[in-house]
Amino acid sequence: MATGAFADRGADLELVGIQKRFPGFTAIEHLDLVIPAGSFFALLGPSGCGKTTTLRLVAGLEDPTDGRILIGGQDVTTQKAYQRPVNTVFQSYALFPHMTVLENVAFGLRRRKITDAVAKAHEALRLVELDHLAARKPVQLSGGQQQRVALARAIVNRPALLLLDEPLGALDLKLRRQMQLELKNIQEEVGLTFLHVTHDQEEAMTMADTVAVMNKGMIEQMGSPELLYELPRTAFVANFLGQSNLFTGPVVGETSTSIAVDVAGRSIVVPKARSHRHGGDVTIGVRPEKLSLHRDLPAPDSASNVLGPGRVTDVSFTGVSTQYLVAVPGLGTLVVFEQNRSAGPIEGEGDEVWVTWNVEHGFGLDDDPAAQTEKFVADTTTQSLAAQRRADLLTELEEA
Amino acid sequence: MTRLSLGKWLLPVYSALALLFLMIPIAYTFVFSFNDSLKSNITWRGFTLDKWLNVCAVQNGAVCEAFGNSLLIGAVSTVLATTLGTMIAIALVRYRFKFRAGTSLLLFLPMATPEVVLGAGLAAQFLSLGVPKDMLTIILAHTMFCISFVVVTVKARVAGLDPALEEAGRDLYGSPAQVFARITFPLLLPGILAAALLSFALSFDDFIITNFNSGAVTTFPKYIYISASRGIPAEANVIASAVFILALVIVVTAQVSAAARAKRQARLG
Ligand SMILES: Nc1ncnc2c1ncn2[C@@H]1O[C@H](COP(=O)(O)OP(=O)(O)OP(=O)(O)O)[C@@H](O)[C@H]1O
Ligand SMILES: [Mg+2]
Repeated sequence: MATGAFADRGADLELVGIQKRFPGFTAIEHLDLVIPAGSFFALLGPSGCGKTTTLRLVAGLEDPTDGRILIGGQDVTTQKAYQRPVNTVFQSYALFPHMTVLENVAFGLRRRKITDAVAKAHEALRLVELDHLAARKPVQLSGGQQQRVALARAIVNRPALLLLDEPLGALDLKLRRQMQLELKNIQEEVGLTFLHVTHDQEEAMTMADTVAVMNKGMIEQMGSPELLYELPRTAFVANFLGQSNLFTGPVVGETSTSIAVDVAGRSIVVPKARSHRHGGDVTIGVRPEKLSLHRDLPAPDSASNVLGPGRVTDVSFTGVSTQYLVAVPGLGTLVVFEQNRSAGPIEGEGDEVWVTWNVEHGFGLDDDPAAQTEKFVADTTTQSLAAQRRADLLTELEEA
Repeated sequence: MTRLSLGKWLLPVYSALALLFLMIPIAYTFVFSFNDSLKSNITWRGFTLDKWLNVCAVQNGAVCEAFGNSLLIGAVSTVLATTLGTMIAIALVRYRFKFRAGTSLLLFLPMATPEVVLGAGLAAQFLSLGVPKDMLTIILAHTMFCISFVVVTVKARVAGLDPALEEAGRDLYGSPAQVFARITFPLLLPGILAAALLSFALSFDDFIITNFNSGAVTTFPKYIYISASRGIPAEANVIASAVFILALVIVVTAQVSAAARAKRQARLG
């Protein structure tokens, strides 16, 4: 595959028991991953969790300490980077500064002695709408244009597998959304397998068929964006993809379809189909937008869960919705998003409220709460994650 | 206000004086290359182009032979030192190996050691190894001290080279040799050229180390040193002036073509 024709379709990527140790630091503990051919796969995770390392292992720029890498069923673990049918769009673009845009794009084709390299390079540049700048040097391009050149330089080779390392990170919000669409179109057009690394959850959710959430060198959960959002398996996933209210308690009742969990003296019902664990101590959760606030204790209803009374400690208006923080004694603080259907916030700070949600909207995690409290008390990543989210939001706001 | 106007003329006048001071010996050498001299070239005896036209005629071509030797030694030492020095520089920056720090230190020593010590030391070593002093020993000596300067110059360039560029080359199906030829080398080239120029200049005008290790071979600086006691022939002035003018032409051409290239780039953009 190193020389010769284009890949006519994407190929499966399979990582088997991959481990990567740097001197004094284990970046990847144990990674098993299968990416089906032709899919748009997103690897999502906080900074430093090992996303770039994973891509470098697949590209052959780094050797795994242990484990095997298979592309299209063929073991490539011992192949050199230049022998693998894989191309990378680097986090820093890594365009060759001494070559023109056209020469950059034609580089891979020329190394593989593919005929018509120049014509094919022009075609790839047209795809990213940069053909008119073919004669320029990379330093004469804007960040967004450089990013598109980097994309064209990789795509032109029609690799069986395209690796994208946060290629949209440096772009402003508008261009990023535009490029997301373009990438998605290109992927569908050429039918290649894309492995896209990002720490932007919205980007991962909108673009990918399958998302894998990575944390500290491990895949926490993998599945369609809807599945990850609706049925997170771990507290990390529940909080990394959007926000969640999580409660821990023992299972106190069980029917054929649901379990009841004791949360601060109230019985909360979760469908069995939506809970990974059905006995012992479990952590259950619900998304803030699924909650409703009530001034009076609602009449008992088998279709909804109730918590409260609690006190509203903070009200922030965010446009489409209002975010309330509700302190419930014995439970801590709940986050509630209410759509702004009427004008202005419905509740005020200090009001006494009850919180309810449809039983069908809760979910139960797979985490073992006993082991988990320890893990998450000491977990600094969640804080750094929050900080990162905040920084992202600020830059988005500034750029918008 | 007065300070400002003082500053206005002080710097240009100072610069002009400094330049003049530097140019006097060169101008003197140049002017006296046209002197219709006899044996010694100290008093002005009238203008002639003879020395320029028949530069190799004097003393059976001794001036030209010395000049040729210097060119040859300079070229060979430069090629050797630049090649070895570039490889060492890449190894020192890119790879971790035993005695890396020690190697760096050893490479620095020739630059810090006084030339007399270096020259005498080498001479003693060649003597005890029984190597006869000739062109080869000069080339070895020059290569040795030039390597240090090449390593220092190229190392800075390698350190500034983003490793991701070479990785991108490998990722785009470039074999190690292709990646070196098409990415690493072109990107290091400005540093390598600067190092080569420096090497050649150092080798061409070295006298002390050469004198210790040259035996019967005469280089241009050595020739001038020896003939200084008897009176330097005007032909030596001719060669010195020619070298100066050549260097000037090269520098100016490089500057002009760089400016033209920048202009062309700007027009494209
Ligand atoms: N060459 C190396 N030597 C030692 N540690 C390394 C090396 N490369 C990466 N690491 C460590 O491995 C971990 C994972 O790094 P990696 O670059 O894969 O993170 P990432 O998920 O891509 O983060 P980001 O979102 O910031 O790009 C980090 O903690 C990093 O410090
Ligand atoms: Mg990264």
